[in-house]
Amino acid sequence: MGQALLEVDDLHTHFHLKKKTVRAVNGVSFAVRRGEIVGIAGESGAGKSVACLSILRLVPSPGRIERGRILFGGANLLTKSEREMRELRGQTVSMVFEDPLNSLDPAFTVGALIGEALILHKGLSRRNARTKAGELLRLVGIPDPERRLDNYPHELSGGMQQRVMIAIALSCDPALLIADNPTTALDVTIQIQILDLVKHLRDRLGMGVLWITHDLGVVAKLCDRVVIMYAGEVMEQGDVYSVLKRPRHPYTRRLIDALPKLGRPEQRLMPIEGRPPDPANLPVGCPFAPRCQKARAECEAAEVPLIETGDGRAVRCLFPED
Amino acid sequence: MLRYLFYRVASIVPVLLGVSVVVFLMMKLVPGDPAEAILGPAASTEKIEMLRRSLGLDRPFYVQYFRWLWKVLQGDFGMSIAVNVPVATLVWPKFWNTVLLTLGSLAICVIVGLGVGVVSGTRQYSWFDRISMSLTLVVANTPAFWLGLILMVVFALRLGWFPATGMYSMRAAEPTVSDLLHHMVLPAITTAAVSAAIIARLVRSSFLEVIRKHYITALRAKGLSERDIVLRHGMKNAMPPIINIVGLQVGYLMGGALFTEVVFSWPGIGLQIYSSIVARDLPVVQAAVLVTTFVFVLVNLGTDVVVAALDPRIRRA
Amino acid sequence: MSVVNVPLKDGTAAAPRTALDSAAEARMFRRPSEWRIFWEAFSRDRLALAAALLIVLVCLAAALAPVLSPYDPTVGNNDLRLAPIGTPGHLLGLDGQGRDILSRLLWGGQVSLVIALLPVTVASVISVVLGLVAGFFGGKVDMIIMRTLDVFFAFPAVLLAVAIAGVLGPGMLNVMLSITIVLIPYISRVAYMATVTVKSELFVDQARVSGARPRQILLHHILPNTLSPVIVYGSTLVGIMIVLGAGLSFLGLGITPPRPDWGIMCSDGRNFLSVAPHVSAVPGIVLILVAMSFNIVGDGLRDALDPKLRR
Repeated sequence: MGQALLEVDDLHTHFHLKKKTVRAVNGVSFAVRRGEIVGIAGESGAGKSVACLSILRLVPSPGRIERGRILFGGANLLTKSEREMRELRGQTVSMVFEDPLNSLDPAFTVGALIGEALILHKGLSRRNARTKAGELLRLVGIPDPERRLDNYPHELSGGMQQRVMIAIALSCDPALLIADNPTTALDVTIQIQILDLVKHLRDRLGMGVLWITHDLGVVAKLCDRVVIMYAGEVMEQGDVYSVLKRPRHPYTRRLIDALPKLGRPEQRLMPIEGRPPDPANLPVGCPFAPRCQKARAECEAAEVPLIETGDGRAVRCLFPED
Repeated sequence: MLRYLFYRVASIVPVLLGVSVVVFLMMKLVPGDPAEAILGPAASTEKIEMLRRSLGLDRPFYVQYFRWLWKVLQGDFGMSIAVNVPVATLVWPKFWNTVLLTLGSLAICVIVGLGVGVVSGTRQYSWFDRISMSLTLVVANTPAFWLGLILMVVFALRLGWFPATGMYSMRAAEPTVSDLLHHMVLPAITTAAVSAAIIARLVRSSFLEVIRKHYITALRAKGLSERDIVLRHGMKNAMPPIINIVGLQVGYLMGGALFTEVVFSWPGIGLQIYSSIVARDLPVVQAAVLVTTFVFVLVNLGTDVVVAALDPRIRRA
Repeated sequence: MSVVNVPLKDGTAAAPRTALDSAAEARMFRRPSEWRIFWEAFSRDRLALAAALLIVLVCLAAALAPVLSPYDPTVGNNDLRLAPIGTPGHLLGLDGQGRDILSRLLWGGQVSLVIALLPVTVASVISVVLGLVAGFFGGKVDMIIMRTLDVFFAFPAVLLAVAIAGVLGPGMLNVMLSITIVLIPYISRVAYMATVTVKSELFVDQARVSGARPRQILLHHILPNTLSPVIVYGSTLVGIMIVLGAGLSFLGLGITPPRPDWGIMCSDGRNFLSVAPHVSAVPGIVLILVAMSFNIVGDGLRDALDPKLRR
């Protein structure tokens, strides 16, 4: 395995509302290596997206990064100036968002949107940016790319729009691609095409990928390693194969049980009862304890540490499976 | 786009016809007989009857209407009762004076409204935002005639910076542009005030809406500076509603100019309407209202077309 | 479903455009709590509350003018002509004919408020009927009503008001008539849009399937939901119409002197601008304050009635 490209260390991001503080991300640590695809999985509201926005320091107000370090190529992003961050965004670290149509400025053509980053970061002329934009559209598998350059986002299908987003993200050959639920709005067949595309691009360009999803099926198909998040904390992490095969955290287990299994229609799906805790009012102990069937008094008494188990895995549970 | 254009242009024809009917009927609402009004109470019955016939007043309503419309379409608005000249020769020069005033105030509206709105919209809850939004709330509710009086007291009577009334200086040998502009400052500000305040508030809110859009975050993630985001992407997206409201305000300016013209004795169509009402010279009122409304409808049409042309969803259709 | 004929008098303004209440009990239990929710939301807006209070005070003061005003508003004291603000016995000074400005302000308030409130009320009632009929029945009725209103919509509003009032001749009644005519197309559009929206929501709802008669649907489901946007819009319009009404009076189209209203008072001071600006300034400031208050209350009502903003 190569060295760490991105290292997130004890990240805390909180939203300070009038009367309460929403603790969206609470001491999250993980790493992405060069050429590695890391998945962050969990229910909605687990703080996955906020964690990712924190990396680019794009957390919307009133959110604030309270604590932690985000090391990228060895330098802490949290101490960089806004100007340095702008240099980084879209160039070395780029991002793909969940809802492609709403993430593309409707008033600009696809060509202009892709070319924008090239003109900004690479100093390309308009003409050259357009040529490069066409190449990028071809790279992400859009047929007849030259004609598509003059289309507006709403004139493309959802899958095409997401490919355009990816083309924008790839335009300056980033070292790290962050993708926030990029396939949820898409049909399953298109979803698979996009996953294959990302894998193929990773192999070709050697970038690191951070892929956020609430779908463990996507994680299984795409990722090398997985981080399971719940209520702003990491519950478990490790390589995808072993985590999904032998989950150690009860939450991971329940997530896997909630998945439909191909070829076993008779098996009933197991939804997780209860709701995630209110992020403005988190419990003292394990946040999953109220919904956990194996929880004992100790679980709710004090904070549960994330324990590394030596085989590249870590789990935040007092009574792990295995 | 062509289909849209055709549809939109075609749709104003019935509206304009309706407007002409309303304007025509409005004059029929007048209590009393026009022939009597023209000739005065001392006129004999035969004379009144003759005038009625020559004016076509003895014919059925719709005949009167179509005769009137036919003449209007040829630019003939009849004779003024008060000064006994063709209405058209009275109204047109006044109309252009009002156009000048409207353009002047429109310029103020757009510059002030857009400037204040954009700055407020990108710095929500800053001191500038708070002060300018309180101020626009007050100004938006200030009667133009009152504001005109106050400006006149302060800047014309007390400070003497600007002339109090008229379009050109009496002493000047011939009208010059700089003299005109000097006279226009106070009336234009008076006319523009309410609209500028409304535009500023609207620009602010449409900017706030755009700036909260998801794609703005995506643009930040691309590495764009806040300035690029506001000026390139914010402007382009906020533009259609802004153009819309500016177009609507043109009509408001043309209507509101009436009060300004009365206060500052600006020889425009509003002052003409006012003095014609006082003189009961109704054909002039009729013509002035018709012309102004016609222009208003055309301006709205133009606005809609521009907004449509800016929207790629309509342009490509 | 049995829609019991609960008389719809009040409280409907606060009815949200959410799901239909299916039972009469639900209606009766929900009504007061809707009011409370509305009031809680509205009273949280301090500015709107203050503005509403100011409006109530001004209306009361104007209504009690016969009791409150220290002098006859039409009779002047020649010795004290144009006396400034703070003259003993004359709090706000005197005008060009030596008449007490405070007294004229109080009496004039009656005219200036009625000239705006009455037309907005009458126009709202007419507009709700027009909007409901056009929006609910659709087709030809819709076309005739809305296209006719489009014609009136095409005029610049101020110009139309001045022209109608001018043609009809001076007088309070004529001014109110012209304001009413000008307002109808604007308010009707609001009522129409609300009707069409609610109607399209209703089509997928049970009320129609389960055989409620059109009259019942119209009165019990659509009417309440069109009222709240009309009330919000109307309260904003009152402020604008106070200004317009004063403008018409300023032009001499309103009430006949020597009876005052705020517009005439502004106009009266024109000849003394350089020596006694307060004669015009005082009524103007009152005018702005009251108009602004209606505007703020309108915004407050909109925020309090909007279910999306509630919480």
